[in-house]
Amino acid sequence: MRECLITTKGLSREEIVEVLDHAEEIEKNPTAHYGSQSGKIIGLLFYEPSTRTRMSFEAAIKRLGGDSISMGPVENSSVAKGETLADTVRVVAGYVDAIVLRHPKEGAAKMASGFIDVPLINAGDGAGQHPTQTLLDLYTIRKSAKLDGLNIGVMGDLKYGRTVHSLAHAITKFDSQLNFISPKGLQLPDNVKYDLEKSGTEIYEYTELDDILSTLDILYVTRIQRERFPDEEEYRKVSGQYRINKKTLENAPKHLKIMHPLPRMEEISPEIDETKHAIYIEQAHNGVAVRMALLDLMLKS
Amino acid sequence: MTDKELHISKIENGTVIDHIKAGQCLNVLALLGIDGSDEESVSVVMNFSSSTVGSKDIVKVQNRELNQDELDVLSLISPNVTINIISNYEVSLKHRVQRPEYVVGVLNCPNRNCITNAKEPIESKFNVKDEVISCEYCGTHIEDVTQHLL
Repeated sequence: MRECLITTKGLSREEIVEVLDHAEEIEKNPTAHYGSQSGKIIGLLFYEPSTRTRMSFEAAIKRLGGDSISMGPVENSSVAKGETLADTVRVVAGYVDAIVLRHPKEGAAKMASGFIDVPLINAGDGAGQHPTQTLLDLYTIRKSAKLDGLNIGVMGDLKYGRTVHSLAHAITKFDSQLNFISPKGLQLPDNVKYDLEKSGTEIYEYTELDDILSTLDILYVTRIQRERFPDEEEYRKVSGQYRINKKTLENAPKHLKIMHPLPRMEEISPEIDETKHAIYIEQAHNGVAVRMALLDLMLKS
Repeated sequence: MTDKELHISKIENGTVIDHIKAGQCLNVLALLGIDGSDEESVSVVMNFSSSTVGSKDIVKVQNRELNQDELDVLSLISPNVTINIISNYEVSLKHRVQRPEYVVGVLNCPNRNCITNAKEPIESKFNVKDEVISCEYCGTHIEDVTQHLL
């Protein structure tokens, strides 16, 4: 396993499958892996809010027998005094066996990894990438179906959604089709499109979910953020078109699975939660097994 | 060509950058970090009429031999430039520029939220070996490098 995980762009299919297979082993027999990283400490540097990613990393290292230390909120750390990220990671690297970093700037994880000798995992860099979310997304997709031969729809804010960018890059390693559904102005960024096309992936873009819904196996929904719009009215208008409720799904295939990286706001109505389509809570739960697998592989090497 | 026709005189020692795409000589100076603050004497010819390439620009930098790495950066804006290293009024070395894989500290990333635009101790780095020029940190593409010279 590689020393740092910064993006999914450079991950091979074999590397992805290695993590997913290990996560599956862990999920089948979790106690067999308790203590496998006994004595190891990971440092959690979260410059942005997080619930699932931070807590599942904490749960993962503790279940492996290790522990975590956290910088805590930015306002209570040296960051508030103006310390650079480069200095912070160099200092923390001396305390821990690996660093998990979330930062609001694109490229932060890539930069930080260049300053340290311990493994670094990108837990989200601005609108850039979120590779561990993608690994758990792929794990969830594989559990509910397979990874090849699928028709996958990705809907919402595709421009700024880092989970989308990471997922899109990773899916190109498998033989599945990607369909992107978003309002104009929130489509995939040109650089992501370029990378996908360069890898031989055909990109299908839609503005209406109805145009593609009936053919989908997986619908991956992301949040459309209020701050991306100039005014409240425009936001309400656009976000209203990308909401999933029972009526929206009238023409959906029965086997369709709906995923979401969470937190959700109004994109998926709570009435969907009890349907067989909803797998987003299970998706979030899978974060522990997948992050256990990733940490286990990275810390072993 | 007689000396009378020369727009600028020969230099004794230094570097002559010839066959610069017409109109790009000021960008060449910017890319090389030549802004007149050092002691070197610099001569510039713009839109010089050439029988082989039509119009071209020329830059002569006196008493400074620019190295290959510095000069290869010029391939970003003018791939056909030729470099003449001058010693004692004679051309001692003549070569072309080659496109490097990366350029460091040359271009600024247009993405304001890129880590290279934050107060961190790093220089910008762009991958220039592909047909597109992309930020090594955030992946943002640059189309017109002349708009993003540091």
